[in-house]
Amino acid sequence: MTAEPIIRIRDLETRFGTHTVHEHLDLDVQRGEVLGVVGPSGTGKSVLLRAIVGLKHPSAGSIEVFGKKLETLGDEERRSIERRWGVMFQDGALFSNLTVRENVMVPMKEHTNLGPKISAELADMKIRLAGLEPDAGDKFPSDLSGGMRKRAALARALALDPELLFLDEPTAGLDPITAAGFDTLLRQLQQSLGLTVFLVTHDVDTLNAVCDRIAVLGEKKVLAVGTIDELRAFDHPWVQEYFGGPRGRAATGH
Amino acid sequence: MADALSPEFALDESDERTILRLTGDWTVQHVQDVDDALRALNVSSPLAVDVSDLGRLDTAGAFVIDRTLRAASSDEEGEPEIIGEHASAKRLIAQIHAVSTPAPESPAQDGSIMALLDRSGRSFMHIASESVATLAFLGETLATCARMLLQPWKLRWTSIVAVMEESGLDALPIITFLSFFVGMVIAFIGATTLKSFDLEIYTVELIGYSELREFGVVLTGIVLAGRTNSSFTAQIGTMKMRQEIDAMQTLGLKPMEVLVVPRVLAMLVMTPVLAFAATLAGIAGGVMVAWLSLDINPGVFIVRLRDSVPIDQFWVGMSKAPVFGLVCVLIACRQGLNVGGSVQSLGRATTTSVVQALFSIIAIDALFAIFYMELGI
Repeated sequence: MTAEPIIRIRDLETRFGTHTVHEHLDLDVQRGEVLGVVGPSGTGKSVLLRAIVGLKHPSAGSIEVFGKKLETLGDEERRSIERRWGVMFQDGALFSNLTVRENVMVPMKEHTNLGPKISAELADMKIRLAGLEPDAGDKFPSDLSGGMRKRAALARALALDPELLFLDEPTAGLDPITAAGFDTLLRQLQQSLGLTVFLVTHDVDTLNAVCDRIAVLGEKKVLAVGTIDELRAFDHPWVQEYFGGPRGRAATGH
Repeated sequence: MADALSPEFALDESDERTILRLTGDWTVQHVQDVDDALRALNVSSPLAVDVSDLGRLDTAGAFVIDRTLRAASSDEEGEPEIIGEHASAKRLIAQIHAVSTPAPESPAQDGSIMALLDRSGRSFMHIASESVATLAFLGETLATCARMLLQPWKLRWTSIVAVMEESGLDALPIITFLSFFVGMVIAFIGATTLKSFDLEIYTVELIGYSELREFGVVLTGIVLAGRTNSSFTAQIGTMKMRQEIDAMQTLGLKPMEVLVVPRVLAMLVMTPVLAFAATLAGIAGGVMVAWLSLDINPGVFIVRLRDSVPIDQFWVGMSKAPVFGLVCVLIACRQGLNVGGSVQSLGRATTTSVVQALFSIIAIDALFAIFYMELGI
């Protein structure tokens, strides 16, 4: 364990054409913590996630993951970083021409020397771990419901037991019981594997149950970072309304 | 990860129980090294796992440990027996134990003669139902078109004009170019074969008949089959995949009226225009070759063309154009609406659309040839 943050963002600026999404954005994610990222719709939470994993090129500033700048890395180093993280996209982004089991096996095939038999077994285990029935492995993503697709996507994100997990709205669109199960699962995995989780969410329950710290995005940068109680005391209209509103209060028991 | 130790295990057998001592890092990167050996493990007495010297452990490692314990114990429900201290092993193995199941038997592939017969039967029935469905779609489209034409204010003029531009006007350069070159090629063939009989002047008839009657319009059909069919099928198919078509229906919009009719009407108008342009370009190609290599003056060419190639030939060609256009659009729209939820089905529908359109154009052209021959034109 070092004090070195696992993700370090400094002075980030991203833009689409003339539209600036982030400006002078700084954020650190410490090793072993679950960081929740919240903010009004359209403040670039998903864009921030995409920028960190290298899908969106920042127009200025620097992003370091595991102490390395992604842009400056060669192919081989880049692969070794990609092996250490798992990403779950908002709509699952499963490969539609592969079954769920094959989807989970893709990263294993790509990044490890596991044989077909053990990877199929491991994939089945991950599928159940993510809360799906064992027979879901043979189904194609188009045969699954939205919630099942999310879990399948989580199973794929967990395929390599990553140190760093990016989740984009994992509980959106799930029923409350499933969502709560998801929170428990995440917490358990985080504790037993020492995961670091970068969690984009709107779900106050998830924030309360899982997150160690919460970063509030707004006005093109990080407005505040802190625990849920610290944020409740933070003086900003949106933050106040978010945590002080009926949903926020109900979730945190205040 | 340079400091990773490869996983190893040692068996410590005694009468009442066997202890499996684990060392090294049991992570997803390395469990393959011990997987086969663990599978081959055969212990008689109850098995316990000693994790005190275990390095790093992740779910993959926990899984193979759990699997080994499971295989050794006869009692399915029993808690895995773990001895020794480790930061996370006990919790992780218990967590994995709860969710791992013995690998299900995958159904064996049936390769018998019955399966072959079954498959051929199914594909034959598929062809039959496909033909019926295509005809039904044709009927539905024509009925909708007729109804819409009686109420022209209900037509979607914007999308009609947009399709006309995208699939008609934008296809003009490629179609005229191709046709020009084909015209040149025919002229060269005519020139070389007819030269030996000193009948080069008949190149004019050759180009006139072939371009007016066949090549102009067939070439147009083929380019449309490749260009327009793929784009229509992909457009409609993607809308289907993203549930836009379902949304349309719930809003009271009929996909037939919104998507199919504008495309049909636009192509009914544009295909003859394109075919006309293609025919002109083909003749121009012929004129050029005749002029440059046969010394047939363009003026002479045109006069001879007018005198010796009856105008009927032009009408025969043009009469096919709207039919080809209609066939292309129908196939494209039907395949687009057939797309399911997966990317693969989109790819398959697009391929089917282009292949069916090419096949239909050539088959229909042959039918036309027989038809007009019987009429004596």
